Amino acid sequence: MTRTSLETVLAILREEFDELLSAWLETQKAEGVRRPDLFSDRESRRQLGELLRGLGDGIDAADDQRTLNLEAEPWAGLRAALEEVTHERVERGVSPSEMATFVLALKQPVFARLRQKLEAAPDKLIEEITEFSRLLDAVAMHTNEHFIAERDQIIERQRTEMMELSTPVVQLWDRVLTIPLIGTLDSVRAQEVMENLLNSIVEESAEVVIVDITGVRVVDTQVAQHLLRTAAAVRLMGAEAIISGISPKIAQTMVELGVDVGEVTTRPTIRAALSDAFRKVGFSIERRGDADRG
Amino acid sequence: MAEAASVYLVERVLLVAIRDNITDTEIMNLQEELSDRIVAEGARGVVIDIAALEIVDTFVGRVLAQLSSMARLLAAETYVVGMRPAVAMTLVELGMDLSGSKTALSLSHALRRLRRDGLA
Repeated sequence: MTRTSLETVLAILREEFDELLSAWLETQKAEGVRRPDLFSDRESRRQLGELLRGLGDGIDAADDQRTLNLEAEPWAGLRAALEEVTHERVERGVSPSEMATFVLALKQPVFARLRQKLEAAPDKLIEEITEFSRLLDAVAMHTNEHFIAERDQIIERQRTEMMELSTPVVQLWDRVLTIPLIGTLDSVRAQEVMENLLNSIVEESAEVVIVDITGVRVVDTQVAQHLLRTAAAVRLMGAEAIISGISPKIAQTMVELGVDVGEVTTRPTIRAALSDAFRKVGFSIERRGDADRG
Repeated sequence: MAEAASVYLVERVLLVAIRDNITDTEIMNLQEELSDRIVAEGARGVVIDIAALEIVDTFVGRVLAQLSSMARLLAAETYVVGMRPAVAMTLVELGMDLSGSKTALSLSHALRRLRRDGLA
């Protein structure tokens, strides 16, 4: 004898497993969340089968239905199956409401079977329907929570990838590095820039680094502060920073804001900065005598 | 004292390597020993290697700055070399840019510059 009030549901889950699975698939199809474009029939059947098995095992093993806690031990199988299904659907860009409908589509076939079985006992019928609804809602909620957690992970991953992409340190010549800054320079990015730059200085034994701000949209006091700090840190490491790409407009703003660059070298173009850097590390660029004069 | 930092004289340049867990007292003693030795050996340059230091607080930062000013008064040029990226970021964060002392990537870089300036 089971200790659950969901004995009829459990019986259906056990005895009519295959029929229920097919019915669930059918309902999903009718609701438009079956997604044959993303998952093959076989894969779907396997996944739904594992969900049903997990659900049955959970109902069977959970002794107190009053305190429904999907984090508890009996539901481990269901959770694992759910998380697998959710994971795959997040990866393939399924929406949260689709995900919830996917789970809730089980209600209809189960209710239909319950009504048949408990025709003679309306009280029991209502009790089991309420109970099962509660359970399935919790499952859908859990799915949604997991769905959001998965999405957050993806966003976080993309953010770090973007960070890495947005702060590339490039070696221009022996002992000369450049870091072209593009977009906005907030505190987080400024920190990232500084870290990357200082580590590259050590790796490449760089003596001059050109911080190019041609692509920086706005230079306000905060951005200027970040740039000057970076230059100061570069100097502490024993290298020299040149800030290049200062447009006339930026120069005007900086003066209006009262930004004092102190001893930091600034150049209007990366070209001017590069020839400066060459001189500092002891190289010079010459035009060959026989070169075409353009 | 000898364990907290090692000091060598090479071609009129004092090479100082600071150990990682130097205490505040030890670094104060080092400051004193260095000023004595700059005069005694007639050193024209001081190179302080802090590559071993993983943490530099305001106190150590200030002592490093003082060391440079003191050496300059005694006619010696000071280079702080081998600073780690994390240390550089912390110092900048603390608003200490050691503007009084020169910096170089490594000992050899500092020696090259001292030679270029005719001090070594």
